[in-house]
Amino acid sequence: MTAHVVRSTRSSRVALALSLAWLVMAASLPFWGEASWMREFTEMSAYFIFAMMWNLLAGYGGMVSIGQQAFFGLGGYTMVALANLAGIDPFVSIALAALLAGLIAVPVSWVAFRLQGGYFAIGTWVIAEVMRLTVANIDAVGGGSGTSLTAFRGMDRTLREHTTYWVALAAVVATLAGVYLFLRSKQGLALQAIRDSEVAAESQGVAVQRTKLAVYVVAAFGGGLAGALYFVSTLRISPDAAFGINWTAFAIFIVVVGGIGRIEGPIIGATLFWLLNKFFADYGTWYQIGLGLLAIVVAVAFRQGLWGWLQQRTGLTLFPTTRWLQPPAQAASDAAPGQP
Amino acid sequence: MLDTLIQGLLLGGLYALFALGLSLMFGVMRLTNIAHGDFIVLAGFAGVLVAGALGGQAWPAALLVIPIAFGLGWLLQRHLLNRTYGRDPLPSLVVTFGLSIVVQNALLEFLSADPRSLPTGGLSTASFALGQTQVGVLPLAIFCVALGCTAALQWLFARTAVGRAFRAVSDDRSIAELMGLDSMRVYALATAVAFALIALAGVLQAMRTTVAPTDGPQLLIYAFEAVIIGGMGSFWGTLIGALVLGVVQQIGFRFDPGWGIWFGHLVFLAMLVVRPQGLFPKTR
Repeated sequence: MTAHVVRSTRSSRVALALSLAWLVMAASLPFWGEASWMREFTEMSAYFIFAMMWNLLAGYGGMVSIGQQAFFGLGGYTMVALANLAGIDPFVSIALAALLAGLIAVPVSWVAFRLQGGYFAIGTWVIAEVMRLTVANIDAVGGGSGTSLTAFRGMDRTLREHTTYWVALAAVVATLAGVYLFLRSKQGLALQAIRDSEVAAESQGVAVQRTKLAVYVVAAFGGGLAGALYFVSTLRISPDAAFGINWTAFAIFIVVVGGIGRIEGPIIGATLFWLLNKFFADYGTWYQIGLGLLAIVVAVAFRQGLWGWLQQRTGLTLFPTTRWLQPPAQAASDAAPGQP
Repeated sequence: MLDTLIQGLLLGGLYALFALGLSLMFGVMRLTNIAHGDFIVLAGFAGVLVAGALGGQAWPAALLVIPIAFGLGWLLQRHLLNRTYGRDPLPSLVVTFGLSIVVQNALLEFLSADPRSLPTGGLSTASFALGQTQVGVLPLAIFCVALGCTAALQWLFARTAVGRAFRAVSDDRSIAELMGLDSMRVYALATAVAFALIALAGVLQAMRTTVAPTDGPQLLIYAFEAVIIGGMGSFWGTLIGALVLGVVQQIGFRFDPGWGIWFGHLVFLAMLVVRPQGLFPKTR
């Protein structure tokens, strides 16, 4: 009779089963759904992956960046350049573009990590601006007015749409599973320790700088993936669309309103964002004002976001990254663990 | 060459006015106001509207907008930003980012996307010859205002009771409160002063060129670069940082109009790598 560590709850097991059921349904969508649904899903998946990465960076790594569009745009432009100019298959280019975005994040971090807190945020924005201005002056990818993805010419439209959708679905699943498994791993524990207290984590032997760099690189990789995916779907890219601050603005909205520092947060946030977008996007500036106000209210009054608020009331955890220690007596009865 | 230098310094004077408020808010509260540039634009538009209501008089409008901004800054800090206070920079960043979006879109909704400017009755085009260079009267006046504001802020911080309170809550908030300071009131006052500077900068920007609803982020970035290049030790550092940025951009423009801003960013990033503490990091 020894104490043991519990890592799942009844709700998390139910969530896993439901996720698998959802996955089967989503994977078969091209056979029964409409083409517009697939386009919408692909677009939302780019938002979602991008928001998941921002959550990892800010919610777990404590690095509040407002310049993640640098990697979104870089991913998009690399994909277009590889496909149009080098003749590489666009779907293969997506993976290569994400890799390149992650790679570029290493030298970028040498500059960005010189700043902390709020100044880190604006510093990353400057870096994104530099990339936008640079790309806008490269004629091979259309300069300031951008270019179209021509590499799909001659490919069957249905095949293209289905493949794009499946790639997007695979990317979403890989992102979710990857972030979940990472946060449950030893390195994930180290990251959450850094978030709670950098000094305490370092004193326990956590390599703080190295872990932060790793998170920054992974977030850039995911950002590049989201960007490449988005522009494979829209087929048209321009510097202002690719490196726009609104990408990060929407990611912040999704994460903060959904609940920062939890995996469920971006899922809830992205769903809410999708609904708001569907019903209110026609209101233009008023819609934007509403999103801004909602983010302000949540940041001031509900710091844990919607999911945090729900969790406090119900104790639900769908993707547990916590370790609960159960004493021997309770372990034998195998009761669902309570809140720590 | 001399011409580029002079034009750059004059441009830098305007950037210094953009930067002083940002430097002040960060220095006292460690608060990064992402909506800084948007508030400059808002003040510029307020100047345009008030001047219109007064029958085209620019200077009375400017004098009216500044105290309004002072009050607005006080209220904003007191009722919104103070609630985001804490070790975690995230809430204040989200709130000011949200404000940035709200201000930008409100301006777009009510005043359209057109750039506007404050009529100055020929002052903005007046100039005199200095050797072979034409020096604009208004840019020179703005430069002098920037010098005056920097000196005034430095004096405020170094020599007055208010400045001592600013420095005290900045150094150690709990000790300052033990000494009887209400840090939340001190913060409100700091933001109020910063907003008065923002208003001055906005009105002068609208006089010198134009303001458009989407200009804010650019202005924030220039202000930020000036603060970092100058170092966070003193307002003189911020002024020097702004002048360096102005000259660098002007050199870039001379080289190629499409690359001026880009060149400014690049020098800023190089500065971060080579000398991240800025030119004048020491507190005086």
